[in-house]
Amino acid sequence: MIETVTSVDLPIDEKLMIKKNRICPQVMSEDDASLKRISIVTGIHGDELEGQYVCYELQRRIMEEYDNLQGIVDIYPAMNPLGIDSITRGIPAFDLDMNRLFPGNKDGNMTEYIAAGIMEDMAGSDLVFDIHASNIYLTEIPQIRINELHAETLVPLAKLSNVDFIWVHGASTVLEATFAHSLNSIGTPVLVVEMGVGMRLTREYGEQLIDGIFNTMKELGMWKGEVPEVRSPMISENPEDVSYLNASASGLFVPEVKHGAFVSKGDLVGRIVDPLEGKVLDEVRAPQGGMLFTIRDYPIVDEGSLMGRILNEEVCIYE
Amino acid sequence: MNKRIIYEIKGMYRDDFRVTGYEFGQGEESVCMIGNSRGNEVQQIYCCSQLVKKMKQLEEEGRIKDGVKILIIPSINPYSVNIQKRFWSTDNTDINRMFPGYDLGETTQRIADGVFKEIKDYKYGIQFTSFYMPGDFVPHIRYMKEGFTQREDAEKFGLKYIVERTVRPYDTATLNYNWQVWNTTAFSLYTNTTSRISSTGAGQAVLAVMNFMANSGMIKYSAIGEKNIRLIDDKDFISVRTAKSGFYEPLVKAGDMVEAGRPLANIINPYEGNIIETLYSPINGIIFFIHIEPITYANTAVIKLIEHA
Repeated sequence: MIETVTSVDLPIDEKLMIKKNRICPQVMSEDDASLKRISIVTGIHGDELEGQYVCYELQRRIMEEYDNLQGIVDIYPAMNPLGIDSITRGIPAFDLDMNRLFPGNKDGNMTEYIAAGIMEDMAGSDLVFDIHASNIYLTEIPQIRINELHAETLVPLAKLSNVDFIWVHGASTVLEATFAHSLNSIGTPVLVVEMGVGMRLTREYGEQLIDGIFNTMKELGMWKGEVPEVRSPMISENPEDVSYLNASASGLFVPEVKHGAFVSKGDLVGRIVDPLEGKVLDEVRAPQGGMLFTIRDYPIVDEGSLMGRILNEEVCIYE
Repeated sequence: MNKRIIYEIKGMYRDDFRVTGYEFGQGEESVCMIGNSRGNEVQQIYCCSQLVKKMKQLEEEGRIKDGVKILIIPSINPYSVNIQKRFWSTDNTDINRMFPGYDLGETTQRIADGVFKEIKDYKYGIQFTSFYMPGDFVPHIRYMKEGFTQREDAEKFGLKYIVERTVRPYDTATLNYNWQVWNTTAFSLYTNTTSRISSTGAGQAVLAVMNFMANSGMIKYSAIGEKNIRLIDDKDFISVRTAKSGFYEPLVKAGDMVEAGRPLANIINPYEGNIIETLYSPINGIIFFIHIEPITYANTAVIKLIEHA
């Protein structure tokens, strides 16, 4: 059932609407109030589209075995519909990152009002997947990022989700206004998934996560069908596990290894070259051995641009 | 005057990214002024240009006190101004959310770090800044509550209004906040406009900075500031919000005194021309901020008022 979660009038003959599709079990029993609810959320950043496929394909697979659904699945494919429509990461016109507006405010401006409406609708879910797709510059392996403040609750849930990597990061005041932090703080658990790259679909990552969502639903007692076996993720809780490859010069980044490759310390990861003069400006070498779990997809770099991240080899063991 | 490059990054196809500073006087790092950090903050650069002009004159006339060094950086983000984009040219990040910066980090973190290293030891810091929403302000000086900066210092500008701002979580990555962490007494100077030049507004800003420097004993200058300075808590602003979206027609301007019940703005049906909402002043007050764009969204605080003194 399609519902409008919240809406506001735009100046000229248009409504901004946040929509969801609620999928309930085929046969509702008397104790429906006790049904568990999972929310699949994506599109907070209008340029991140990997979650779109998950929303579609998850529903298709549920409907194929509809009898097996024993809980409520809410699908929110477009938290920032104006952004998705205009290929804009933030909220167009406001130039605001929607993921810095939560928990919002019913009496606040239009964007805060929308955020508050979303919070209200989503609160009380037994689990929320907030699916991101990095940005247009970097490609990520399927991973879940967890604020250390909520690690105790979220890490066990994340392990069910069939991602390759769980990254527990430090708390930061700037992150307090994220969708995930705001919901986690009121006791609605949110797993932030990062996978693939902005403006593109990586179908195999979508399939992998959907397997994880089914597995999680099964564990939560929401799905009685068969589920595929899920992988055990690599887990990092120490900031020093991850090294960052930042560009030493502006130029064209040409990678020499593939995304997800295991590299040894000193290996050539790529080159920054100058197309005008035909010169190599820098050779980008691995500062530590491990897995290249992030790689730059957008080839132009400014000095400082991130080109990749390496997870230390000692952490790179799937459990 | 010593014009020098504060920070630079080599461009690929664009000219190099350069942050240029103007130093006046020699000795203790006394006051640093920063113009724009965002691409639409044109008035903020203009104000600095007028200050550079004035300081050149003062230096030639020997009116900068011995042992005082003053640094003016008109722009820490010329790249964004030149392509008329508010935030950083490639990744749309805001340099004023990157302080204190990180020299091995992403581009805007490096810019913030490169600039901050040069300015963090100044005794006083003044940033010409802008509001997130397009609009006109009554010129005022702001500082963060519970910080390092005190009201007595803010009064040296001689501006009629001082606003005390409560620190919000996102403030912790701004220049103003980080200056204070490094023991600089930091202010944000709001002039009346942002994306268009107001010579009167810039004149007021130059006067305010001159007053500040004179009252701090940095320059020889006869300061004439406001006598009745008013301190406003940012929580005391009274917002007037739209309930409707549509064309927006302001009926007053920043600085106007209004009585309770005075119509402040109309919202007009964009296709049929009728007035769909009139915003009225809820108090006897002064228009402190007013939105100026031709359209507005619903639930938007288009006007902020303060009570009559």
